[in-house]
Amino acid sequence: MRTDNIQYRIGKSKGFKILTFVLAFACMIPLAAILFFIIKAGITRINFHFLVNIPRPVGEKGGGIANALLGSVIIIALASFIAIPIGILAGVYLSENKKGRLAYWCRLSVDILQGIPSIVIGIIAYFWLVKPLGGFSAFSGSVALAIMMLPVIVRSTEETLKMLPPSLKEAAFALGMPFHRVIFKVIIPVGISGILSGVMLSIARITGETAPLLFTAFGNPYLSADVTAPMQSLPLLIFNYATSPYNDWHDLAWGASLILLIWVLFLNVFTKLISARWKVQL
Amino acid sequence: MESTIIKSRKFNASFGANHVVKNVNIDIPRNNVIAVMGPSGCGKTTYLRCINRMHELIPDATCNGTMSINDEDIYKMHPIFVRLKIGMVFQRPNPFPNLSIYDNVIAGYKLNGIKLAKAEKDRIVEHSLTKVALWNEVKDSLLKKGTFLSGGQQQRLCIARAVAMEPEVLLFDEPTSALDPISTATVEELFHELKANYTLIIVTHNMQQAARVSDRTAFFYMGELVEYDLTKNVFTNPKDNRTQNYITGRFS
Amino acid sequence: METSLQAPVIPSPAVKDTVSIRKRIRRSFRQIRMESVFKQTLAIAGLLLVILVLGILLTLITQSIPSIRLLGLKFIWGSTWNPVKDVYGAFPFLLGTLLTSFLALVICIPFSVAIAIFLGEYYPTGWFADVLKNAVELIAAVPSVIYGFWGLAVLVPMVRALEARFGVDQPLGVGIFSASLILSVMIIPYAASLGRQMIRMVPEHLKEAAYGLGATRWEVIRHVVLPGTKSGLFAGILLSLGRALGETMAVTMVIGNSSILPKNLFAPGNTMASVIANEFTEADKTVYLSALIELGLALFLVTVIINIIGKKIIDRFTNE
Repeated sequence: MRTDNIQYRIGKSKGFKILTFVLAFACMIPLAAILFFIIKAGITRINFHFLVNIPRPVGEKGGGIANALLGSVIIIALASFIAIPIGILAGVYLSENKKGRLAYWCRLSVDILQGIPSIVIGIIAYFWLVKPLGGFSAFSGSVALAIMMLPVIVRSTEETLKMLPPSLKEAAFALGMPFHRVIFKVIIPVGISGILSGVMLSIARITGETAPLLFTAFGNPYLSADVTAPMQSLPLLIFNYATSPYNDWHDLAWGASLILLIWVLFLNVFTKLISARWKVQL
Repeated sequence: MESTIIKSRKFNASFGANHVVKNVNIDIPRNNVIAVMGPSGCGKTTYLRCINRMHELIPDATCNGTMSINDEDIYKMHPIFVRLKIGMVFQRPNPFPNLSIYDNVIAGYKLNGIKLAKAEKDRIVEHSLTKVALWNEVKDSLLKKGTFLSGGQQQRLCIARAVAMEPEVLLFDEPTSALDPISTATVEELFHELKANYTLIIVTHNMQQAARVSDRTAFFYMGELVEYDLTKNVFTNPKDNRTQNYITGRFS
Repeated sequence: METSLQAPVIPSPAVKDTVSIRKRIRRSFRQIRMESVFKQTLAIAGLLLVILVLGILLTLITQSIPSIRLLGLKFIWGSTWNPVKDVYGAFPFLLGTLLTSFLALVICIPFSVAIAIFLGEYYPTGWFADVLKNAVELIAAVPSVIYGFWGLAVLVPMVRALEARFGVDQPLGVGIFSASLILSVMIIPYAASLGRQMIRMVPEHLKEAAYGLGATRWEVIRHVVLPGTKSGLFAGILLSLGRALGETMAVTMVIGNSSILPKNLFAPGNTMASVIANEFTEADKTVYLSALIELGLALFLVTVIINIIGKKIIDRFTNE
């Protein structure tokens, strides 16, 4: 009586395993399609000229993405410069203060920041920097990106430091070290890999961001290093040129897409290597 | 002459390269309580888990040799069949936390997709809980979740759950090591009553328990079955030196 | 204090000791001061984050006020968005956002749950697991604008052909459907990775109890593992939803950017995020800009609430 459906149950179990397998790996199909297409479409457009020239006006052949490359580097560097110190300090603060009102609201703020859509951050940077200063600028774009980097850096710093054994801090204090020395000379160096991987992760995240730059950095068809003026960035260029009606510009966008993809992948792989090393150390 | 229900011949079990059960030959008679004891790491729990084929759930786990129930090779049957005939009670009481006491007792039926009429379910629940002396304590709270019960009661609930499937053999993996002395005593009383309808194989760390509850005792040491005899013989007149040393506490 | 430590000038080791004691005490005072300065700096950094969030909320509210005051509730129900004529009804965008997000969620759930079960239960380690884990992380890493570009170049023509086959009125290819498809791929990693963590947390001994009673693997998953992670999976789905709601670039590029109320899934439309992206720099009137900001405020509130609820569920789950 109770054993006649066992074959059916066994079959069902095997069937679900196969179904799970198929569905799980099915997600790799669009991924593979995207990677394959970008590589195919982009690889032919990339050469030395592509990397060192700025876009030509419509109709003229050639041109490159030098302004976007330089712009991305500058904007990201500036954003990192702003976000990293504040992020690490806030992360240290949270790891040192597990309870307390400020710590509670700070943690809540970090959670909120992490969920804010990137376009809203762009709006904020517009009203805080673009409007008062009277124009688009790379600086305002960097601030927008810095705001997006903060939650990731704060989170990972806090988590890293929380995992360090308290005996480490106690030993340092017992030697008579003042608090700031304990943090900078003992705690942070030991947790540096974890903190660094959080930083790299945040950089990887903002490298591909477009929305916050739409009305802050705005874009610039010329090569510029002036942070008080509009500046081009790789994702911005891709967006503008991909949605334009010109085939030449589409070509540029494909090459730029491949470069951006490689850049982002490289950052992610690099981050993984750092955090893998940290886990081993622990 | 008692009939044998579980038979092992040249049974070995390993975790990868780690050979933990070596060449075990044992005949377990029906309606007996068999205690399996030995120091930590001697392979007793692994051997137990081979009887109802739980051992193979661990990756890299292998075994060979013959293990049979009623002369049917356990390793030639599907594991589900085996586990319907051989129930198991674990070290930590583990009633399903999201199910009520009632549902916990008949959980085995639900998991196996066996549909029962309400009257039948009621009968099984009452019957099983009575067998483990839990019926009177919980009959008014059958629909509550089992987590409010004490450790001893939870363990008896798990025994009821196993008994509800009407197996022939019940395996116990250190069933009272997580319980207080009073709960332990109540569970030990059960062994004596359950013996009438089932064969019990109990792995225990506690020599006194083995001496108290079992008819026969098997002593494992470093993966080998060193001695297997009536309990009173093993404890008063052990044949092997190693058994003697274990009993007198030279090592544990 | 210092005078009492000033020893007479005696050429003996005692002099050197007292001088260095003085130096050490002075240094200690300095360090104590630095310690409190440092602690205050840390607190300021923490405070900065709170002020940042408050500032964001404040700016959004104050910039939306002109629109709120002028348009009131008509803003939410109005289905005509015509800035030229000063008509601002945001319902098409609310609808577009809801449609794309929920459709994307529905499409991605089977895949996310499958990945979560695969990595959490069947293959937590090993070669298969590594490949899948990396693939899922890759999906999350690809920038949104690249999804959009690929969608525009590859997916949209395919959808256009599909629409033509189905006899859709104007087979454009761009529209709610295409946007939902792209979005569904993008949000797979969120529910999948959270679901996987939750599944791994189901205690082994509960699964053993079920196996011991004769359950098959699937029965253990269905009756023991999944019920135990219900709230965790729900939180993962919420977080995926939050992500989908705020996604801008890929959606903007394939949704067709039409402010007319979409009639069916194949029609072009707009989401709250995409209309902001498209029209922000063109908003020349105060009310126009303010209406867009009001959309931003709505987006902010909804995504924040969803994220907080999701995180609270996860916290409660991991602390049980």
